[in-house]
Amino acid sequence: MKTFGGPVLFLDRADINTDEIIPAKYLNEITKQDLRPFILEDLKLDGFDPGSEKTSNARVVVSRANFGCGSSREHAPWVFEVNEINAVVAESFARIFRQNMFNCGMAAIELPENDLNVIFSYSQYADASMKIDIEAQNLTISGGGRQNSFSFELSPFDKALVLAGGWVDYADTRY
Amino acid sequence: MGMTTAEKIFAAHLVDEPFSGTKVLRLDVVLCHEITTPIAIDDLVARGKDRVFNPENIKAVIDHVTPAKDTKTATQGKILRDWARRHQIKDFFDIGANGVCHALFPEKGFIRPGYTVIMGDSHTCTHGAFGAFAAGVGTTDLEVGILKGVCAFREPKTIRFNINGELPKGVYAKDLILTLIGKIGVNGATDRVMEFGGSTVDTMSMESRMTLCNMAIEAGGTSGICMPDMTTVEYLWSFIHDQFATKEAALASYQQWCSDADAVYEQVIEIDASVLVPVATFNYKPDQVRPVTEFSESRVDQVYLGSCTNGRIEDLRIAAQILKGKRLAENVRGILSPATPKVYREAMKEGLIDIFLDAGFCVTNSTCGACLGMSNGVLADGEVCASTTNRNFNGRMGKGGMVHLMSPATAAATAIEGRIADPRNYL
Ligand code: SF4
Repeated sequence: MKTFGGPVLFLDRADINTDEIIPAKYLNEITKQDLRPFILEDLKLDGFDPGSEKTSNARVVVSRANFGCGSSREHAPWVFEVNEINAVVAESFARIFRQNMFNCGMAAIELPENDLNVIFSYSQYADASMKIDIEAQNLTISGGGRQNSFSFELSPFDKALVLAGGWVDYADTRY
Repeated sequence: MGMTTAEKIFAAHLVDEPFSGTKVLRLDVVLCHEITTPIAIDDLVARGKDRVFNPENIKAVIDHVTPAKDTKTATQGKILRDWARRHQIKDFFDIGANGVCHALFPEKGFIRPGYTVIMGDSHTCTHGAFGAFAAGVGTTDLEVGILKGVCAFREPKTIRFNINGELPKGVYAKDLILTLIGKIGVNGATDRVMEFGGSTVDTMSMESRMTLCNMAIEAGGTSGICMPDMTTVEYLWSFIHDQFATKEAALASYQQWCSDADAVYEQVIEIDASVLVPVATFNYKPDQVRPVTEFSESRVDQVYLGSCTNGRIEDLRIAAQILKGKRLAENVRGILSPATPKVYREAMKEGLIDIFLDAGFCVTNSTCGACLGMSNGVLADGEVCASTTNRNFNGRMGKGGMVHLMSPATAAATAIEGRIADPRNYL
């Protein structure tokens, strides 16, 4: 199983699409590692700089509704994976992106808007960090001397994929 | 209780339900292209699992960047080509025979009513036009599809769109789907099947139905779906005539996949097609849609005709009808990519290519090209493109470029005027 949690990158906008996460022109890269520098390159958002240390230090992304909409490219989870971001927490996900995350043994965690509002209130703290416990299905955000915990739902299948480290081995032994 | 088309297909293809709500389906067709498949192939090789579940059920094409533009894209093509040879995948379409996947594969008769179809490409929803369940997936799902012929889904609920009335002059399937997306939003059908029915859809050609289903994903939809009918049978007839004694027999067989009259939908949305107008997108989301009459002085630098949304013969006919005897505005570059070699050939025979060339268009081979900003017509920073494609995301056709999505008719009128224009003035 992968490790989850750490410094948080806050992306406060709905409908962040996979072209923003990794532009199509990089889809000619054959290995995942080659994608690494291009993370979120085309995302335009106040206060966000794709090249900053904040982006490269992040281990969790927090965002709003319909995260990962658009293209089916698994390069989107991969560019997170090779940047050591194994979890995205958002109000909702586009279907393919969400499935791709779990298929890679990564976590796409949905929380209601109210919980996310609380989590986004930590974006003011430079030390904002998140602990994620997949087994117990809860997460804790801390920063600025505060902390809040939330529990989340994972379907048994999604959880099985995270625990198995992805869908290929799971499927090959079963079907 | 009645069932929807999607529910019937799920029931007929169910292999396993490892957990409640997770359905593993048997796949009829696994489609592949050179952008998302090579990493799956490499991974299978690395795992020592370089196998395919059945070469007959796998179809592959090099379409996104073709001819290759550099070493990297040539390598992607090579990996796919070598793999297709090594596994005797006979339905592999290489340069000279290749075209945009979601136009080419239907044209070859690969998609049939009741089928399950996946591809590592979000616009796989296009194939639902045949009464199939067709879903875009990521590379890992594709990899398992290639290896085992199965894919897991959470069974989607269905939103039914009852679309009735005759589309007014100058208004097409593209305007209809853009209007629908504008209505329900880019997240309006996430994890849902968008089922299209009603008199407007019944009278549509397969090409128009594909345009409609193609953009289901832009509302988050898993698959678009139209009911198989005589139009479907006619389209497929040359591929299925030895399978059925008569067209009526084919129709009877295919109609088992139609949604039952008492099927239960999550939501039913009624649309009066007779009041629709030509529309285009503004800004960077496909649900930001408004009538073409509400764009004032929206100058464009490039007009792009093509793609899996609107690069088929009927699209070229509509655009050519408007462009006949006209020239591109001075500020505009025009690019046409007929979606497949067959479309290209037909357009040539019908004299359409001459019309485009006379108007000042550059006619390229069949490829995705500029649609995703990888080749053949990428925009410069700050440039604007009027396009018949399906995505207007920031930078989609080139970093810093902006895209307005529209029908081929509106794109043609726009090409003439150099700014977003109303096609009804030319019909
Ligand atoms: S034409 Fe555009 S949308 Fe269609 S498959 Fe090609 S890149 Fe994707």
